[in-house]
Amino acid sequence: MKVKTPLSVLDRPNSYIGKSNPRAGARQLLEGRGVFVDDLNLPRMLHVVFCRSPYAHAKIVSINTERAASESGVVRVVTGAELVDYCSPWVGVLTHLQGLKSASQHAIAVDRACWQGEAICAVLAETRAQAEDAAALVQIEYEELPVVVDMETALDETTPLIHPELGDNLCFQREVNFGEVDKAFTDAHTVIEETFHFGRHTGVCLEARGIVAQYNPATSQLTVYLSAQAPHMMKNLYAKHFGISEDNVRVICKDVGGSFGIKVHTYPDEMATAALSIMLNRPVKFIADRYESFVTDIHARDHRVSARMALDKDGKIKAIDMDDLTGIGPYSVYPRTSGIEANQIVNLTGGPYTVESYRARAQVVFTNKNVMCQYRAVGHPVACAVGEGLVDAAARSMGLDPVEIRRRNLIPDDAYPYTYVTGLPFEKLSHHQCLDKILEMMDYEVLREEQEKCREQEIYRGIGFASMIEVTNPSPAFYGVGGAFISSQEGCTIRMDHTGGITCTVGVTEQGQGSDAVVAQVAASAVGVTLDKVRVVSGDTDVVPYGGGTWASRAAGIGGEAALRAGKALRENILEVAAIILQAEVASLDVQNDAIVDMADGTERLPLSELGRIVYFRGDTLPDGVQPELVSTRHYVPKAFPFSFTNGIEAIHVEVDVGTGIVKLLKCWVVDDCGTIINPLLVDEQIRGGVVQGLGGALYEECLYDEKGQYLNATMADYLVPMAAEMPDIEVGHVETPTTDSELGAKGVGEAGTAGAPAAVMNAINDALSPFNAQVTAMPFTPERILRALGKI
Amino acid sequence: MNDLLEINLKVNGEKITRFVPARLNLVDFLREDLKLTGSHVGCEHGACGACTIRVNNDIVRGCLMLAVQADGTDVMTIEGLSDSGEIKDLQEEFHNRNSLQCGFCTPGMLMAAAELLKLNPNATRREIREFLSGNYCRCTGYQAIVDAVEAVGQLRNGGPA
Repeated sequence: MKVKTPLSVLDRPNSYIGKSNPRAGARQLLEGRGVFVDDLNLPRMLHVVFCRSPYAHAKIVSINTERAASESGVVRVVTGAELVDYCSPWVGVLTHLQGLKSASQHAIAVDRACWQGEAICAVLAETRAQAEDAAALVQIEYEELPVVVDMETALDETTPLIHPELGDNLCFQREVNFGEVDKAFTDAHTVIEETFHFGRHTGVCLEARGIVAQYNPATSQLTVYLSAQAPHMMKNLYAKHFGISEDNVRVICKDVGGSFGIKVHTYPDEMATAALSIMLNRPVKFIADRYESFVTDIHARDHRVSARMALDKDGKIKAIDMDDLTGIGPYSVYPRTSGIEANQIVNLTGGPYTVESYRARAQVVFTNKNVMCQYRAVGHPVACAVGEGLVDAAARSMGLDPVEIRRRNLIPDDAYPYTYVTGLPFEKLSHHQCLDKILEMMDYEVLREEQEKCREQEIYRGIGFASMIEVTNPSPAFYGVGGAFISSQEGCTIRMDHTGGITCTVGVTEQGQGSDAVVAQVAASAVGVTLDKVRVVSGDTDVVPYGGGTWASRAAGIGGEAALRAGKALRENILEVAAIILQAEVASLDVQNDAIVDMADGTERLPLSELGRIVYFRGDTLPDGVQPELVSTRHYVPKAFPFSFTNGIEAIHVEVDVGTGIVKLLKCWVVDDCGTIINPLLVDEQIRGGVVQGLGGALYEECLYDEKGQYLNATMADYLVPMAAEMPDIEVGHVETPTTDSELGAKGVGEAGTAGAPAAVMNAINDALSPFNAQVTAMPFTPERILRALGKI
Repeated sequence: MNDLLEINLKVNGEKITRFVPARLNLVDFLREDLKLTGSHVGCEHGACGACTIRVNNDIVRGCLMLAVQADGTDVMTIEGLSDSGEIKDLQEEFHNRNSLQCGFCTPGMLMAAAELLKLNPNATRREIREFLSGNYCRCTGYQAIVDAVEAVGQLRNGGPA
């Protein structure tokens, strides 16, 4: 199944591709010696604290900073109006999302606040405690304005406009219509119709957002230490909005304590912090506290999808027709916009199946809640739950096993290349292989028998499946074509020192997922050195090749391929020098295990450290005209496909207590196809972590607002996340279908678990509830919602 | 509120004397005054466990204890446990199984895991999950952490890896 050319780097004698090597970078984290943003302290550094709007929508009548400014330790109190000269406003639109509109947004609100938590005033002091004390003394007079909190009525004529200059509360709308949808429903044997609700939730990175900005007026250099995923993107935006040269901006991302898409956006308080550093010519630190994280970190999901599916008498899916509505807060988030999640839902729903006709409408509306934007698996959990929810409901209605209905509808494994009804090109997927494999892993028949026996004892267990596809390795089609300076290419530079050790600098960034480790394994394999000889440097725009960073499951597939190409080029350079030293043909030599060896039999000829000694210290002994180059840089951008789709299937086994409505997760299985697996240990852990994050949104997590737009559960005690006791063991299997767009063949895997888990657990719960003819389709599936579905409350 | 009070304590075996405001919590004292940044602040209200440290041989939330309450105590942080080698086996097992990703929860998680193995080296997977359910990890999904703690328990008992 896996096609490799004989000379592929993947097959080299000391290849680390496919090996579960522990991450070198993890050691310092295990000893508490990592460096997160809040661990940094610079000379003369100030701490900034923000006064935030207590109202969801209010005019700022006046701000009296006198008392706060006179407090001991307070250096400056800055309002939005004062900051405008240092930071220009932005508008979160992309040209390829046609018609998407948003309003101008300031780093600190100038005239009015549009959500509870928006920054209104900045207080800078020598210590954070002093700044917090003084912030309480800033007197802000507000005039409350009417709020828009219900997305369902946001477009009604009687609903007030959040931004009157935009003409309505519609941020973005997309409608697609493929095939003959109406005819398909008229001719259908079975029509399934459901409305699904997806709760608003957020990333809850354990390390809150943080920034230390240091402006040096002598050199006009701005250095920003940021807990973030896309340093080059932020470098561009700082320059653009502060009116300084982009070449004078350096962004450094050291250890990042979780990100999940939360830390890939422009945050007003972070922009304000960097601008304040320029205003005051001093380093400034901002670290969000947990309350600020809940009310300002981007939220996600919050979709209502009304959908129907038409099937013929054999249970074949003929058409999908759906309407998606989402409320994204008062602004489209800059620069990636808040239209992408809905756009993905329109593109992806039903994606594993041979759907013939398809119609979808997505409406993205403004509300006076915190902003929403791209969070791990963007749109996929919604699209997957809608498609898989309809498929399972159809199976129940037609008396088919959920496995059988999938067998009949999944795109055949020999049908590729295949174009989905919405126009998505699939290079090669493996749905049926994955289905076969997961059934074997979970011992499906035995579980079904057990389920029957349990029901006799009034124990209600359920099995839920979710077949899924995932967008990974995005090409410039994602953001670049829309006008955003977010790079889809990656570069890697690899240098060999006299020791024979290599240092890789790479544009993709590390947040714990293991991209540094993956680059190291690929580089070691491509060059021919042992893993202990490899160092990887990432996350510093002054040091690494220009790159996009880490998002959309792109680090291994794109950054890894750049490392592979750079490593191969460096090996060629090494061999040219070796051939001269050894007076041999280049083609007769290879680099293996830190030495030049004979290609034919692997006999060691020269250690790399000896070659390095000659090159760096005894260049005089090399012939005239020979100039060794023990450094090489290569880049890679995916071009053959707009995205490299992966696929997989998840299954979850649950027990629902019909007396309490509590869902117990018994076991979870995942089979994923992410192409070439570089490090199985890291891939499995990405999947497990992703599944648990998906389960969080499906079962526990929800950002709750009242009718005035007040956030109700902004503490970790009130906003529930998955903890160790509730989570199941997750068994992971693989099918490997490498992409042919790169030599490495790796696709992404970071979001797959999150994409499928909500659908799988929903189907499992509904399977458990089926004897009661009850079902739930509104996430999170709280005990209360389950008891309501059962008619018990 | 900002009056300074003298405290004398032992941190990672070193004698420390400082003057601190009464409202300063212990983890901020460790991080800001002593620059022991291995203890992390995740929620500041005792929910997440990232600031878990050892005070007089018991694990506590560094954000729920004031620095002045630590007067006269013996405090151990992740830096101290790493230097002493006390939890080297746990750290190795976490490393080999990738029981950490971003590493922000990890010092607190190791503190809790070390405590569990001290109290109950034969802890079952269920007991490990229950004990660690006060420590929030957003990255791993917990399974690899449970695996590592279980394995170290077995190793310490001379059992299989």
